[in-house]
Amino acid sequence: MFLYYLRLAKLSLSKQPMLTALMIAAIGIGIGACMTVTAYLYVLSSDPIPEKSAHLYAVRLDSWGADQPFSRDYPWEAPWQLTQRDSVALLESPIPVRQAAMRRAVYSAIPANDSVAPFFVSARMTGRDFFDMFQVPFLYGGPWSVDADKSALNTVVLSHATNEKLFGGENSVGREARLGSESFVVAGVMDRWQPTILFYDVNNGPMNDVEDVFLPWSIAGRKEIDGAGNTNCFKDELIETYWDMLESECVYNQFWAEIASSQDLEAYQVWLDTYTEGQKELGRFERPTNNRLSTVTEYMEIRGVAGDEAWVIMCIGVLFLIACMVNTIGLILARFVAKSPVIALRRALGASKAQIFRQHLVEVGLVGFAGGILGLGLSYAGLAGLRMILEEAERAARLRPELIAMTIAIAVLSAMLAGLYPTWRICRVSPASFLKTQ
Amino acid sequence: MEIRPILSAMTRNRTGSALVAAQIAITLTVVVNCTFMAVKRLEFIARPSGMDIDNIIVVRSFGFGGDYAHDASIAKDLETLRALPGVRAVTPSWNIPMSGGGSAMGRRASLDEDAPTFNANYYRVDEHAFAALGVKLLEGRNFRPEEIMRSDAENYSQTPPTIIVTKALADRAFPGKSALGEYLYDGLNKGSEIVGIIEHMYGAWVDWDDFDKVVWLPQRPPAPSASYLIRAEPGRRDELMPVVETTLERTNRQRLLRTNSLEEIVANSYEADRATAVLLVTAIVLLLTITCLGIVGLASFTVRQRTKQIGTRRAIGARRIDIIRYFLIENWLMTSIGIALGTGLAIGLNYLLATQFDVQRLDYGYLVGGMLALWILGFAAVANPARRAAKISPAIATRTV
Repeated sequence: MFLYYLRLAKLSLSKQPMLTALMIAAIGIGIGACMTVTAYLYVLSSDPIPEKSAHLYAVRLDSWGADQPFSRDYPWEAPWQLTQRDSVALLESPIPVRQAAMRRAVYSAIPANDSVAPFFVSARMTGRDFFDMFQVPFLYGGPWSVDADKSALNTVVLSHATNEKLFGGENSVGREARLGSESFVVAGVMDRWQPTILFYDVNNGPMNDVEDVFLPWSIAGRKEIDGAGNTNCFKDELIETYWDMLESECVYNQFWAEIASSQDLEAYQVWLDTYTEGQKELGRFERPTNNRLSTVTEYMEIRGVAGDEAWVIMCIGVLFLIACMVNTIGLILARFVAKSPVIALRRALGASKAQIFRQHLVEVGLVGFAGGILGLGLSYAGLAGLRMILEEAERAARLRPELIAMTIAIAVLSAMLAGLYPTWRICRVSPASFLKTQ
Repeated sequence: MEIRPILSAMTRNRTGSALVAAQIAITLTVVVNCTFMAVKRLEFIARPSGMDIDNIIVVRSFGFGGDYAHDASIAKDLETLRALPGVRAVTPSWNIPMSGGGSAMGRRASLDEDAPTFNANYYRVDEHAFAALGVKLLEGRNFRPEEIMRSDAENYSQTPPTIIVTKALADRAFPGKSALGEYLYDGLNKGSEIVGIIEHMYGAWVDWDDFDKVVWLPQRPPAPSASYLIRAEPGRRDELMPVVETTLERTNRQRLLRTNSLEEIVANSYEADRATAVLLVTAIVLLLTITCLGIVGLASFTVRQRTKQIGTRRAIGARRIDIIRYFLIENWLMTSIGIALGTGLAIGLNYLLATQFDVQRLDYGYLVGGMLALWILGFAAVANPARRAAKISPAIATRTV
């Protein structure tokens, strides 16, 4: 029966091609606009590391001054980042399975081969646990040793691209890479790896590329580095040198912990609170205890990775779809009214109201399907356009495969919803009134 | 006199009229809000910066290697750059205005520890900064060459003896009086004397509340990085850019260089705002098109539905203009109902966006503009179907009776 209805629908739609095209266009454009925004927001708010995220926590301590909260907009939140000394202290906790303090820096890379010009590299100073915690794939070698973290040894993990540039893509493990004025022994070379959202440091640009080189975070405590991330300070203290900065209450480190179980999570929270209570006795941590453990997606939400902007556009997108649907209701109504005589005839020949209803629902469903296909094409175009005007959308403005079926489903459903009233009206056509004038 | 039959026809075809009205209402809601937000964005982007952005070249230099001598390198670079033909002025700087990267500090206007702190971006520049940025000295004096501190000087700090500030900061810290000769104090109550006031320039972050509060420190940037803000003679920026880069490359090989125009850096800082504006405008254009097509579709359909009725009216004496007028008035009524509804909805949506997100309150001029636009759109959309209706021959009435 369904196939028969489908055939009828095709027949009836091809009779008024202009009106049909208009309906498909209205649904298509509505769905296209709405799905472009939805697809972008979907990527921005979905879990970038689903295999692991249940155990990963961003650690934050409220080390801020008594006078004012860290963020005026979110006064209940702890600072986004940590001080140097708290990061050092947190690394002593036995509870996390893995943990790493980290910060961003900039280095110059000088290839051994003179014919290749020196170039800038972005660096992440972090611990060896970083790689296992975030499941970083390795092409050669692996994370550096525990000792390298402890003794702040000059060792490095290169990104795939950096290894290409410095060593022509060869297995460079054990060789020396020159960064700035010093040499670093290559411990490992990462395989290509790029989370859509740079979830481990959303403070310094969630759409950034993964860093070019990874170095032990402890190096930053031993010698001056060129930090390249946000730094926030609240205290009136003299900060003239790099070393003043290390000692200061300024925050610029991120800290992640992998926690095995919910019991451990509770224990860790207690451990953190005990630590900050102890610090209060030293005159630090002037605010009420407010130590935060946030999951990957919670933290992305707190830091507004998706952003107000995107949500405003989303509201507009939904209204846009509604406008298109109202448009479609009118057009469907017009079509069906025009068809009244035919329907009256079918009714007179014995078709039940229910059959007429189903037949026309199939018809609008078919229009919705066609509109969905058009909408899908338009969202691809829309996302391509978005990537063109917004460089940071390069990776995020993509239609995930799981959204394709959803797009079509939304199109069919909204077309059927739009067709509900016209279809109901068409069922009430009394056969006699039209048959008279035939 | 013609309104009554139209109204009675509309009440009989309630759904059709309601749909057109609803469509107009939603369109007005979206169009008014989008236009408002888009215009606000564009105004935000177009704020006058006070600087000669179009003619400034930015070179970032990043030293490495054991032989790299920072202050000597800067002195050499400045000498080389200032000798280049086509260069109007050069200042070294640590950070680049309006680039999204920079440093800020908090200063008090008095020695009282409880006095409020004023935030400002700070830039380490030399006595050529006015000429290099193209900003105006409003009051006081420029830095003297001997005031410029080397980066390895012993008393090098964020609180030098003399500073120059923007008028926005001066007015904020010292309301109602001239800030010249006044001091700004750091957390340890060390003070810097304000010796000059800049008419206007912007700091680092385009969306910062204190974007126009800027302090200049008479200092060389700290090792190992330095930026140069190079102002070219009008129109010579693009020809000068490669020359600058190759010249600096030759002077000192112990460093990395990155050259951009300030225009490109500023455009980058506003990229998200521009993208939002583009999206909003796209939504406006698409929605107006869809609404227009929808009205045309419905009107054409109505005309076809009423062929016989129109024919009959023509047969009993209605002129063509009467038929056209009928359709125009009918459409005008539906549009107006939609506009009335949409006005409420538009204000409601703006209220929602303003309370939930960081959107400004609607300026009602946009509402008036939106109403006019939709009235015109309604007329334009129905004009053609109405003309076709007027062409229906009276004879049609007699055919199928």
